Amino acid sequence: MSTKQREVETLYSQTGTGTDVLKDPDVAHLTVNHNKVLTSHTLEGLEIDVKEIEDGIDVELVLRRGVTIDKTVHMCFGMTPREGIQRINMKVRLEENSAISVLAHCVFPNAVDVEHIMDAEIEVGAGARYSYLEKHVHGKTGGIKVYPKAKIHLAQKSAFKTEFELLRGRVGLIDIEYETTCEARSVMDVMARINGIETDFIKINEIGHLVGEHARGALTSKIAISDKARAEIYNTLTASAAHARGHVDCKEIVRGEATAMAVPTVRVNHPRAHVTHEAAIGSVDTKQLETLMSRGLDEDEASDLIIQGMLS
Amino acid sequence: MGLLEVRNLTLTLGGSKILNDLTIDFWEGHIHAVVGPNGAGKSTLAATIMGLSGYRDFEGDILLEGQSIKGLTLDERAKKGMTLAWQEPARYEGLTVRDFIKASAKDKSDDAIKEVLSGVGLKDGSYIERAVDRTLSGGERKKVELASILAMQPKLVFLDEPDSGIDVESLERIFEAVKTLKAAGSTVILITHSPTVLEQAEHAFLICCGELVEQGSVEKIDGYFKDRCVPCDHKNRPDRKGGGDV
Repeated sequence: MSTKQREVETLYSQTGTGTDVLKDPDVAHLTVNHNKVLTSHTLEGLEIDVKEIEDGIDVELVLRRGVTIDKTVHMCFGMTPREGIQRINMKVRLEENSAISVLAHCVFPNAVDVEHIMDAEIEVGAGARYSYLEKHVHGKTGGIKVYPKAKIHLAQKSAFKTEFELLRGRVGLIDIEYETTCEARSVMDVMARINGIETDFIKINEIGHLVGEHARGALTSKIAISDKARAEIYNTLTASAAHARGHVDCKEIVRGEATAMAVPTVRVNHPRAHVTHEAAIGSVDTKQLETLMSRGLDEDEASDLIIQGMLS
Repeated sequence: MGLLEVRNLTLTLGGSKILNDLTIDFWEGHIHAVVGPNGAGKSTLAATIMGLSGYRDFEGDILLEGQSIKGLTLDERAKKGMTLAWQEPARYEGLTVRDFIKASAKDKSDDAIKEVLSGVGLKDGSYIERAVDRTLSGGERKKVELASILAMQPKLVFLDEPDSGIDVESLERIFEAVKTLKAAGSTVILITHSPTVLEQAEHAFLICCGELVEQGSVEKIDGYFKDRCVPCDHKNRPDRKGGGDV
């Protein structure tokens, strides 16, 4: 087995997906360890242009007009070294009426002093559909800082769904900044699900602009923190066109000495627009807890199960 | 001697005696009913016996199989085989019916979980994948909770207002499940003010104002309840001289 293959195996072994998926000729993929491209496979109508830079990669993904990629595209941005910076500069452009679903594995199993910086510009063309799930797998030290930043533009009748998931390993520091602009009849669905422990710090700043008529958007954060972890959630949704509809939802379960803050902001600049928000921060619900305890689970087991459900 | 013995149980909350010197024996393998008007203390009795938060500081004693459980936590009592089905079951965002039932099930296989779901009338195999959240109706959640109790195979179970939020057809299913529990050796305690639910029991206790007023056959308690409690408008203990507001 070559060094490259070993690195690919190492990264994918953390994801629960395995490398068999990379052998499927109908599955496009891109695997990067620090600044080295380990695998790259594209399909007709999908262009992935990657350039290695000093501390990461520049990548441009273009999906041609009317092309639908049937199988989920797998991307893996990881770092096996214990220290260093990984910078992912990504441009994504979906042309009209195209559709793609991407699963991005971000794997940092050995991080002691690692920064992962993602800067993305995403353009979803008219009628196009883009689904992007980013699953992080971190190590146990918490020596990692993650800065995912994205500017997204949704053209008319397009749809963008993204989930950021960090449920395995220490968060370390995470600072998410997403800003999405939604044209007429487009749909935005942005969700983050993160579990923080010990001294982890979670900061989320998601912004949505519903600028077109009948645009719809949801910003959802589900956070569980315990020990001395901290979470600050600033989600802002603005509706400025007729029949634009949006919702901001933040749920945080806090245990131990953890502290959480949620600042949902909703702005409506049109009399026929409508935006709602909901924020719930607190300990595990007593009735939920006692129901499970009355079935024989101890308090920690019951809390874990409730949190597992919320973050699922 | 009962499976569960309540001895001189007095619970005071906010300066009021909610349970007042209650002594009751629940016999093993029987279906009991605890009846009484709203505010009588029925659910409080169940909560106190189970050891729910806010109901742990009481006078008297509670014995399970002759051993005091006064110092045990809720989960320790559950591990001894006691459990409770709430009048209004909790909702769990994202938690599947499978994982909810599995948490207490003796047999954690999918087949066993589907069997207990079927036992409460949820025969559609897709229920196992659904979340125990607002997408289930109140009646469905009630059935899922009962299924979790069937899976737990407890020694003793309190079913608090088992007919609440349940349609007539489903109620028959609930009653079948009660019989299944009894057949499996469980002692069932129905907390109710419904004559229909009371009919399912073999023995009943009538409480009012936190006190045991009467006990005996279902017919006797039903008659007492209809003749004296209902006219009393659920505000006073019927046999208390001059009555007294709850």
